[in-house]
Amino acid sequence: MDVKQLSVFIENTPGSLVSLTRLLGDNGIDLISLSIADTASFGILRGIVEEPEKALHIVLDAGFTARLDTVIPIQVPDEPGSLSKVLEFLGMNNIFIEYLYSFMRNGGGEAYIILRTKQIEEALKLFKEKGVHVLSAKEVYSL
Amino acid sequence: MSYWQKDIECISKEALKELQLKKLRETVSRVYESVPFYGEILKSRGIAPWDIQSLDDISLLPFTEKDDLRDNYPFGLFAVGQESIIRIHASSGTTGKPTVSGYTAKDISCWADLMARNLSCAGLSRSSVVHVAYGYGLFTGGLGVHYGVEKLGASVIPASGGNTARQIQLMRDFHATALCCTPSYALNLADHMSQNGYKADDFKLKVGIFGAEPWAEGMRRHIEESLNLKALDIYGLTEIMGPGVAMECPEQNGLHIWEDAFYPEIVDENGNPLPDGEEGELVITTIDKEGMPLLRYRTHDITSLISAPCACGRTHRKIQRIKMRTDDMLVIRGVNVYPSQVEFILAQIEGIRPQFRMVVDRVDNLDTLLIEVELDSRLIGDTVKDLERLKNVATRKLSEGLLLRCDVKLVPTGSLTRGEVKAKRILDLRDKRN
Repeated sequence: MDVKQLSVFIENTPGSLVSLTRLLGDNGIDLISLSIADTASFGILRGIVEEPEKALHIVLDAGFTARLDTVIPIQVPDEPGSLSKVLEFLGMNNIFIEYLYSFMRNGGGEAYIILRTKQIEEALKLFKEKGVHVLSAKEVYSL
Repeated sequence: MSYWQKDIECISKEALKELQLKKLRETVSRVYESVPFYGEILKSRGIAPWDIQSLDDISLLPFTEKDDLRDNYPFGLFAVGQESIIRIHASSGTTGKPTVSGYTAKDISCWADLMARNLSCAGLSRSSVVHVAYGYGLFTGGLGVHYGVEKLGASVIPASGGNTARQIQLMRDFHATALCCTPSYALNLADHMSQNGYKADDFKLKVGIFGAEPWAEGMRRHIEESLNLKALDIYGLTEIMGPGVAMECPEQNGLHIWEDAFYPEIVDENGNPLPDGEEGELVITTIDKEGMPLLRYRTHDITSLISAPCACGRTHRKIQRIKMRTDDMLVIRGVNVYPSQVEFILAQIEGIRPQFRMVVDRVDNLDTLLIEVELDSRLIGDTVKDLERLKNVATRKLSEGLLLRCDVKLVPTGSLTRGEVKAKRILDLRDKRN
């Protein structure tokens, strides 16, 4: 399982987000997916990039607080109800989801969900049993 | 004018000096014999108690610093055995260790007499009803004033801190004539009174004795107007005794420091004595205490000694109201706080760096403390939950360690220190408000 997501702490002040995205842009880092979790006092920018280690070092050197985490990108049919089916059986098997978000519809009938759980091995095993397609890093980057 | 101990309070300067020399020699003997910390230093300098022939010879004695108390924590500086200590008080220290003070029965009795002196000086008597809203407990404020009120024979209301609405109700119903608390709490009470429809006539307050934090003339006028009483300043510190080391008389022109119990000096940064009238650091030698006598304790408070006669008749010199310190200690809601304490606490928490900035402000007359803390460059978790948990842990540990409720804001790594040679650790917005 090899898809890593970059998480960066952003302060809730004007310019924080711009300086981060500009830094990534200037270094040729392409964001394949992007989401931002926000609270009253700060935000966490989460993105999947093709060279996670390189991106991590770039942001750390620029003085941001960041980390990499393994995430699970799965493929589900692009129709109503398909997400809730996945969530139901994860719940029945006591897999706790920290957060998830969807990205990219390719118009080809498939939707992609990025799932974050701390029970990575168990989740992967379940997806295999259930026949849910988990994307490899290569597949994600070539989307 | 009423004095608690007129003979001492109005003693002649010559008799006072004789008394001070006698007590100083006794104190030096006591610590030479019974406190290894002092015995070792004195012996290494070749100084024996009988070398103290005049008050000027005090300059032969070593200074004592707050760090010496910390290094001898908890009871290393006591001059008596445990069985002779009947009370222990503790307050904030510069790192994780509190500052400890120990008292014998005689010390407690002397403290009560000094406090009774202070209360009489403020115009109180047996018929006074004294509302004490200083904190009771390990802090010297509440109990220190309390025993003085009882010795004086007045009625004490041991309200301690908190529950402002109830305090006001009791002050009114019990006909309190005197209020003892921090000056900022006094304003807090005044605000609450006016917001809840109380009028000055509802209360019988005549005088307030405020201390445990620095307060300026503007604040004094504001308190006197809001509460319709005479506001007087009281000075003290745990290491020396507690509240009552010095007291402002109704002349409101300096605080009489009780020279029969505390020998004061003013020194410059190098420890050289300065003459009366010149500003420098206040150094105090206790000349009565048995439990934990201290030689030339550096208070870090900046003031000057006034030796001109006072209209109140008391002959003990006065110190100017304290406005500044030589160190970075802050007083927030009456609690002493050192930035080094914050550093010490933060160093033990994972996910953050011990780089911080303390933002102190005053909102609705209550001091507030916000501590901005830098995150580690490696984010501790990628969920909001992880960061909230980190913030809560930091808030709890800081609040418990500082003995003061505070707020925490997480800021990006390096954001407080970037571009600065030395991070500014304190931003005190109260200065502008005063």
